Amino acid sequence: MAIELRVPTILRTYTGGEKAVNGDGATLAELIDNVNGAHPGLKERIVEGQPEELRRFVNVYVNDEDVRFTGGLKTEVKDGDVIVVLPAVAGG
Amino acid sequence: MLIIERATHDAIVAHARRDHPDEACGVVAGPVGSDRAVRFVPMLNAAMSPTFYEFDSGDLLRLYKEMDERDEEPVVIYHSHTATEAYPSRTDINLAQEPGAHYVLVSTRDGADSPAYDGPVEFRSYRIIDGEVVEEEVRVVGSYTETEGEN
Repeated sequence: MAIELRVPTILRTYTGGEKAVNGDGATLAELIDNVNGAHPGLKERIVEGQPEELRRFVNVYVNDEDVRFTGGLKTEVKDGDVIVVLPAVAGG
Repeated sequence: MLIIERATHDAIVAHARRDHPDEACGVVAGPVGSDRAVRFVPMLNAAMSPTFYEFDSGDLLRLYKEMDERDEEPVVIYHSHTATEAYPSRTDINLAQEPGAHYVLVSTRDGADSPAYDGPVEFRSYRIIDGEVVEEEVRVVGSYTETEGEN
């Protein structure tokens, strides 16, 4: 088992065109670090700043829950979870 | 070039006029790779603002899962400007994250939202990729069947 990270079209340049990649970790932050090892550059499109936070206009869902309501990057994840990354559709 | 059916074009304009003075937004989905905008999906502007729009995060996830199940993609992403021309704002350009989509802008400025107004409503389309905006022609057809055999 592993944790599945589903990647939006605009970030598939980092995954060789793959729609989903697998990773491991106990938290969302760890998972993103882990996946970034095999797909360098992906992390900085999802996370920014120091301390690290999710980018304002990127939405991340763990098993359909927006992680902004479940602890952000500290959200716990486990084998079998499905994580979806979606860019916000927004503008002015 | 964006080729769009009259009924879809009119539905986008009607949505923009209805939600004025707030910005209206939505997508028109179509089969992956088809460039045919066939399924009109008006979205709630979670920002409820005359100067900003954002899909609600839960709605966004449902929309993308639904498109995934149907083998669709967002062929058109539309929103309205309520006081300025139908041209992408700096915010629109910075936040555009669907390189394959036609970004459609409608303007409801200068009274175009009024029920009594029956003149043309600005309806323009753009590609927005890596901060570059390229306007494209909009061709409105009665039905996509008229364009069969064209490339």
